[in-house]
Amino acid sequence: MEEIKIKEPTRVKEIKKDVTILFAGDSGDGIQLTGSQFTNTTALFGNDISTFPNFPAEIRAPQGTIAGVSGFQLNFGSVEIFTPGDKCDVLVAMNAAALKANLDKLKIGRTIIANTSGFDKKNLKLAGYLDMENPLENNSLGKYRVIEIDVTKLTREALKDSDLGVKEKDRSKNMFVLGFLYWMYNREMQPTENFIRKKFQGRQDLIDANIAVLRAGYNYGDTSETFTTRFEVKPAPLPKGVYRNIAGNQALALGLLAAAKKADMPLFYGSYPITPASDILHELSKHKNMGVRSFQAEDEIAAVTSAIGASFGGNLGVTASSGPGIALKGEALGLAMILELPLVVVNVQRGGPSTGLPTKTEQADLLQALYGRNGEAPIPVLAASSPRDCFYTAFEAVRIALEHMTPVFLLSDGYIGNGSEPWKFPLSRDLGSIHPPKIEQKGEGEFQPYARDEKFVRRWAIPGTLGLEHRIGGLEKQDLTGNVSYDPKNHEKMVGLRAAKVEKIADFIPLQTVDSGPDEGKVCILGWGSTYGAIRTAVKTLTEEGMEVSHIHLRHLFPFPKNLGELLKNFTHVLVPELNNGQLVKLIRSEYLIDAKSITKIQGMPFSSSEIRDAVMPYLAS
Amino acid sequence: MNTEAPTYTPKDFATDQEVRWCPGCGDYSILKQVQSVLPDAGFPKEKIVFISGIGCSSRFPYYMDTYGMHGIHGRAPAIAAGLKIANPDLSVWVITGDGDSLSIGGNHLIHALRRNFDINILLFNNEIYGLTKGQYSPTSPEGKVTKSTPMGSVDHPFNPLALARGAGGTFIARALDRDPKHLRVVLNEANRHKGTSLVEIYQNCNVFNDGAFEVFTDKATKAETTIFVEDGQPLVFGENDSKGIVLDGAQPRVVNLENGEASKNDLWVHDSSNRFKAATLLRCFDAPDAAAGCLPRPFGVIFKEDKTCYEDLLHGQIQTAIDTKGPGDLDALLRGENTWEIV
Repeated sequence: MEEIKIKEPTRVKEIKKDVTILFAGDSGDGIQLTGSQFTNTTALFGNDISTFPNFPAEIRAPQGTIAGVSGFQLNFGSVEIFTPGDKCDVLVAMNAAALKANLDKLKIGRTIIANTSGFDKKNLKLAGYLDMENPLENNSLGKYRVIEIDVTKLTREALKDSDLGVKEKDRSKNMFVLGFLYWMYNREMQPTENFIRKKFQGRQDLIDANIAVLRAGYNYGDTSETFTTRFEVKPAPLPKGVYRNIAGNQALALGLLAAAKKADMPLFYGSYPITPASDILHELSKHKNMGVRSFQAEDEIAAVTSAIGASFGGNLGVTASSGPGIALKGEALGLAMILELPLVVVNVQRGGPSTGLPTKTEQADLLQALYGRNGEAPIPVLAASSPRDCFYTAFEAVRIALEHMTPVFLLSDGYIGNGSEPWKFPLSRDLGSIHPPKIEQKGEGEFQPYARDEKFVRRWAIPGTLGLEHRIGGLEKQDLTGNVSYDPKNHEKMVGLRAAKVEKIADFIPLQTVDSGPDEGKVCILGWGSTYGAIRTAVKTLTEEGMEVSHIHLRHLFPFPKNLGELLKNFTHVLVPELNNGQLVKLIRSEYLIDAKSITKIQGMPFSSSEIRDAVMPYLAS
Repeated sequence: MNTEAPTYTPKDFATDQEVRWCPGCGDYSILKQVQSVLPDAGFPKEKIVFISGIGCSSRFPYYMDTYGMHGIHGRAPAIAAGLKIANPDLSVWVITGDGDSLSIGGNHLIHALRRNFDINILLFNNEIYGLTKGQYSPTSPEGKVTKSTPMGSVDHPFNPLALARGAGGTFIARALDRDPKHLRVVLNEANRHKGTSLVEIYQNCNVFNDGAFEVFTDKATKAETTIFVEDGQPLVFGENDSKGIVLDGAQPRVVNLENGEASKNDLWVHDSSNRFKAATLLRCFDAPDAAAGCLPRPFGVIFKEDKTCYEDLLHGQIQTAIDTKGPGDLDALLRGENTWEIV
């Protein structure tokens, strides 16, 4: 292979604290791959980073149209990064539709990198530009710096000696853009070249082509006279340690695996494919050597009921889905609850109701998790706040399920499920151990499957254990024996016991702390789930602007940490931003009788930090 | 099978719970036959699990002194699937009814059959919804007058065993609550079969659908309406074994053995391993009150074949993964493939 020489840059080098890039193109253009490659390389370089893939629900929506635009936004910096960025510094537009759909996300005065061959008459028409007027030519982009590159032509040029067909050649044009950006931001190409060699193993022609185009893109930046500025984003001063990059769904899968291992229980994962939760199934299916029993069930109901069967059989039963699938599991969750078997139910939330916005994000299933069952059926609810937090929250969900013999809801969403960030991963020995209340041997007297310990938790007698044969079921059961009982007083007692068991979990979870800001004051922003990054960034900005504001972020949504009410009463205003129509705020108001205020957004997109900042400002001023 | 299973009597499998089916219900007989075959089934009690859905039959686990779960409507095969994957050593029995397994739980039934878990599914077919007090079911005959079909049902009923075979079932049998001896034979064979055994049991609901299967059990008619198949034996039925079935090409035909039309040597000999013959037998589903000359309804083990079981293949893959990649190392997994250090 030809050796490449990289000339010492002689041009201006501008130092940046953080940069947001948005890659946009057709959903078949390889945008997600380009974005994730830039992410990995940048993470390896030592920047803090946060990403947000944003793609259409259709696999290949009509080419060249706005509906078919796929995006990958990433924010990296030499400072701590909590969100994929509000607006971007660089917009890579592979075609006219990509520009049209995303121009409002670009900061004024910043850079557009446009693939000119994606702005021909056909593309302009498909993107809906009036009279097929080319925005690259009519001065309408005067507020921005536009770098025009005929990526298609240059890619073909770079591959003129390759035997690949034109279609296959064109498929590597995303590598040209990636190479160019590597030049622009002083990144090494080695990690991506390694990736290409692995991905196309056995197809030397494709390996050669992709690497050639990647290098051509880099060299184009280096040799072309047009570009005078390169940017430097120094590594971030993150805490010392070894890091990896992790996406939320992957972190969640690892959290389940780690917890199963620490509990010394086989993990059974019953699931039916659904966006955006399927990646958890894919990840777990890869780790059969960890003993995972992954089961792609015939439907959502079989996914959860098989997990209940597995839990009955002494495995850690887990199922996952998104809103519509969770709705289908509702009856089975009531069963798991009344059986008092461990079960983890993951909801990677998406835009609803019904099929809604499958590839977009939302937090509108909180009340479904809390109340979406018939009868009095309390189930603990936890929510992860960032891609890496999916690991720790999954671990905690498993701990509660196993140690308290209950189904547990674990809420994530499309935003953090698909997004990624650096993770200073833990060592397995530093993770806590988990102790399920298994009973291995028959004791004195008749075995009572619904006798309870001081936490109101029953013991787990697993089929195969001699002398502990017993029957459980969805009918109301007599206290202690578990035999069917229609006795009115017994029913009330059992409803109370099951509720008390779940309430008691509050004694076994950490007290709530304030994430940033003082413990008392005028304004507290109370968040849960994936809004963490946007709130954290808004609080940081406000603090820098001289305002005093606090941020409390909940992992435990039911039961709440015991001190939450006291903590919230230390503030004049409690503001609750949520990607829904105001759900946590209802719980807070009814639980603590405080006048919490709602900040909502229901656009299938995460909050930007400036939206939070702007919504909070009036309360700080008043 | 575990050869060290202790010696049990049927009484060892009865719980202290009062059995609450209606007096005269066919379920009593089935419960008794199941309790009768389990002592010789080769499993210690603690390794036997009964899983059910919802319906009259689904109360069954409460009356079996084994492990058991009374689940939710239609989902017993899926619960059993998870249980069997969790612990393949268990002897798992699914108790279900025609509404539970063919209506609300139809999907789970066909997928359990297709995957061939090593479980036994006993489908109590009474052609009615009993627990909800008498609505027609997916096996009720056309025209059936019930509370929900006062002018008669306009549904075409399922042929449950043909459906099971269509789903890839590897053990397909039919029995009757009123023929306990034959039921025990079939249950024993179902227990011995490695794979999903589906046993459809005609069960009389004496409150809401009394006599639905009388034509197969009544002394006056049963000789003409039923045929009990046994491997290696010719298909003979009728009063004094006066009739038989021959195959004209692929077409079964009733012949008279007394008037010289045919002899026993001419008859179709039952072979439960022959899937084409089994398909034909499964199609012998004529309404019993049709004109004389209709084919009798077959009982017994109609089809069985050896096929790999889902749980064995799944655990085989886990073992292969461990053999090739080594047992999972959690720290290596958490670390992933690309790391960097901040010093």
